Amino acid sequence: MIRFEEVSVTYEGTAGPAVRGLDFEIPEGELALLVGPSGVGKSTVLGAVNGLVPHFTGGTLRGRVTVAGRDTRTHRPRELADVVGTVGQDPAAHFVTETVEDELAYGMESLGLAPDVMRRRVEETLDLLGLADLRERPVATLSGGQRQRVAIGSVLTPHPRVLVLDEPTSALDPAAAEEVLSVLQRLVHDLGTTVLMAEHRLERVVHYADRVLLLPGPGEAPVVGAPAEVMAASPVFPPVVELGRLAGWSPLPLTVRDARRRADALRERLFDADDTPAPAPAAPAVTALPVLPAPEPERRRWWRPRRGPAEAPAADVTAGTVTAGGVTGARDGGSTAGAVAAAAPVPAVVDRLVVRRGAVEALRAVSLTVPPGETVALMGRNGAGKSTLLSALAGLVEPASGAVLVCGAVPHRTRPRDLVRRVGLVPQEPRDLLYADTVAAECAAADRDAGAEPGTCRALVTELLPGIADSTHPRDLSEGQRLTLALAVVLTARPPLLLLDEPTRGLDYAAKTRLVGHLRRLAGQGHAVVLATHDVELAAELAHRVVMLADGEVVADGPTAEVVLALPAYAPQVTKVLAPQRWLTVRQVREALA
Amino acid sequence: MTVTTRTVSANRDAVRARASALHPGAWWVWALALGVAASRTRNPLLLALLIGVSAYVVMACRTDAPWARSYGAFVKLGLLVLGIRLVFSLVFGTAIPGTHLLFRLPEVPLPDWARGIRLGGPVYLEEVLFSLHDGLRLATLLVCMGAANALADPSRLLKALPAALYEVGVAVVVATTFAPHLIADVLRLRAARRLRGRPDRGVRGLLQVGLPVLEGALERSVALAAAMDARGYGRTAAVPPAVRRTTAALTLGGLLGIAAGSYGLLSAVGGVYGLPLLLAGTAAALAGMWLGGRRTPRTRYRPERWGPRAWLVAGSGVAVAVLTVVAAAYDPSALDPPVTPPAAPVLPLWPAAAVLLGLLPAFLAPHVPAPTGKDRRP
Repeated sequence: MIRFEEVSVTYEGTAGPAVRGLDFEIPEGELALLVGPSGVGKSTVLGAVNGLVPHFTGGTLRGRVTVAGRDTRTHRPRELADVVGTVGQDPAAHFVTETVEDELAYGMESLGLAPDVMRRRVEETLDLLGLADLRERPVATLSGGQRQRVAIGSVLTPHPRVLVLDEPTSALDPAAAEEVLSVLQRLVHDLGTTVLMAEHRLERVVHYADRVLLLPGPGEAPVVGAPAEVMAASPVFPPVVELGRLAGWSPLPLTVRDARRRADALRERLFDADDTPAPAPAAPAVTALPVLPAPEPERRRWWRPRRGPAEAPAADVTAGTVTAGGVTGARDGGSTAGAVAAAAPVPAVVDRLVVRRGAVEALRAVSLTVPPGETVALMGRNGAGKSTLLSALAGLVEPASGAVLVCGAVPHRTRPRDLVRRVGLVPQEPRDLLYADTVAAECAAADRDAGAEPGTCRALVTELLPGIADSTHPRDLSEGQRLTLALAVVLTARPPLLLLDEPTRGLDYAAKTRLVGHLRRLAGQGHAVVLATHDVELAAELAHRVVMLADGEVVADGPTAEVVLALPAYAPQVTKVLAPQRWLTVRQVREALA
Repeated sequence: MTVTTRTVSANRDAVRARASALHPGAWWVWALALGVAASRTRNPLLLALLIGVSAYVVMACRTDAPWARSYGAFVKLGLLVLGIRLVFSLVFGTAIPGTHLLFRLPEVPLPDWARGIRLGGPVYLEEVLFSLHDGLRLATLLVCMGAANALADPSRLLKALPAALYEVGVAVVVATTFAPHLIADVLRLRAARRLRGRPDRGVRGLLQVGLPVLEGALERSVALAAAMDARGYGRTAAVPPAVRRTTAALTLGGLLGIAAGSYGLLSAVGGVYGLPLLLAGTAAALAGMWLGGRRTPRTRYRPERWGPRAWLVAGSGVAVAVLTVVAAAYDPSALDPPVTPPAAPVLPLWPAAAVLLGLLPAFLAPHVPAPTGKDRRP
């Protein structure tokens, strides 16, 4: 169905080809998975299938790509639109019309299908993807998971024979990802659609694949084969494969089910080991963090009434320090109560916080206390209020009622200059934080903003991200590098509270491992870290505590192991394989075996 | 899908909403007609009545869609225009002779060559009244435009374009969504400035996010173009060369005919051949457009139908316009009350009754239920 013959792609202004030696065929009705570290040219391969490479992107394509017998050299993307449906990484960039229903119809209108056929297929697709209740909604108001489903639906309606998807599940919560993947599988099984997708989160997709195409490194020849074979030697692999490699299982299991059936021996070996996961954070080195002067209230315009002092009333501060556990004491899990007695104010205290967005209550009576040195993972569905909670902690939204205290200051009333020394947020799109056109300029600006010694930020960048030249443009960095640069910028002010919104989106496993290392070290230094994530493996690696949000309310709050064991959809693979033992990550298993 | 019954029942509202949605053209005709009526009167009471009629209909018929919120923006714009009109008349004065002196602004002496222009000086009640009435008329026109924008999705209106113009229409729609995206970007990036410890208010904050915002907008445009291309935008059907040539000849000839005909009509020499040439040119251009439409294989998904309701809505607007125009010819002083001497405006009974006809759509047009907000995944 898709055939690459000796294909190499060279972009203008680059020394070597972006991809080379692509020579493979994907037969009709297969689900093929394209894997590899960041920056190996996965998007180029996907673009070559629908003809956007090279017709739209420029560059030189050598060799021949044929899709359903059509040569992409002689067929422009629009002439392939009836056989190939493509969804890019950002579904929002894909929408042409304004409402869901029109969006689903757009592709068919372009192809000139008859009105009654269009009507039937729109209804069919609305049901297939569970979008029926959203049909009249403007696409701009949809949540991330809904957008992804609409984008997939919009390319399904013309009934293409090939679907090309770039990271279809990376923005989705586990349940929504399962839903999208089961739809894809249904298409493959029932309609014989050929699917080619690239995805970093292998634990979600690898067991659906019939065939894996591995691009091991930039410019290296691809490896094509059955998933288990390719995974045995792949530089990127899901935790279940890592566990299999550790235990020496052959053939490698790709699913939790396969692994469980072979895990008896491993479980026995681990029987005596201490499987208490997620050790409580070590007594934090609070002294490592600077003592903060009292914040000044933000200067307001003269016509706006001042809304009150930035410093919380003395009583509140005491509440924040001494009885930090008291606010949410019952939920605190007892893991950190002892560590809080230090004199510095608690990094984050949220008390019965309500935030409204328009008429909707985005957060309802949320209470949360984060002591120094603790890492908290906020989890929950797309649109559950995770980002809103982070925004409230960073002072970007004003509470409708309730209180937020960040190191004793009320975030939305504190001057930004004082606030950066208390709390740092790395937003979902780290690029939003970067303005300068070189890394060096960005670092200099960060030092100025934070009032830090010149060179502080650059030293952090060198430590977190070795080998980045001063003159590099932030836009030219890879996703993971950009995230790390933004992290360094935020850390320049040494905020006791660090917030990260969906930090692993678009990161490969190597970048993720590095990020985990950095964050763990920061927690060890006494930083409190709160991350909103869909990535259960990341939460298992990193978090001491998981807070589960649903519809703006806290529905579970406790040590990571307890929460994820209680919620199968959010359990990491290792936990599922080794249950009833309570292991969370391969690292713990490896340490226990050593 | 497992809970089909619930999905279906929740769905019926949405289906009905779209099926019964009024043709956007009807709303535009109605609103433009109210605008025509507004342009024929300076009576503040009639103008206020027109604004009230449009506001009532908008409140009764608008949906929850983003474009439905534009009414408020247009009202504010109208107030701004009214204010500017008033300030200008205070500063520059008007040609209205006045006797009731209100107060005296300091006058700026101007050199001889600028004679006829006055800066400051005495302010009379008559000229303030006149500019208030005139400003209100402009504001009412704007508010009527706002009503059309709030009630009819502009992109749906473009769907009614002939096929040959469709692609231009899409380009226009994409361009109109550009501004809201840009504003969203500016807000997001200004919030991000706060995260960097810089003040998120003030002009400097706005300027510093300018470049990233434009970069982002450019990137999004490129991504959108790629997505549209991959989804078949601009596909052409194979048409025989003869048809293609005929299309080109008809369109080109038609446009030339229109140009020559209009010249003939406007200039003194060509009074004879002007009109026929203009008509023939228009006919040829229309035929060319119709033929050109065959090159695009596009079809339309659920186009709005122009039903009896659309006739009534459009008709109610047109009736208001026609009756006002007639009333203006019949009794000019009632619709354009003189300001010298100043007097309290009187509401002319029959024109006011005519304006009230514009309320008809509030009772005729289908009530559109708000799109269900909940994502109930089956």
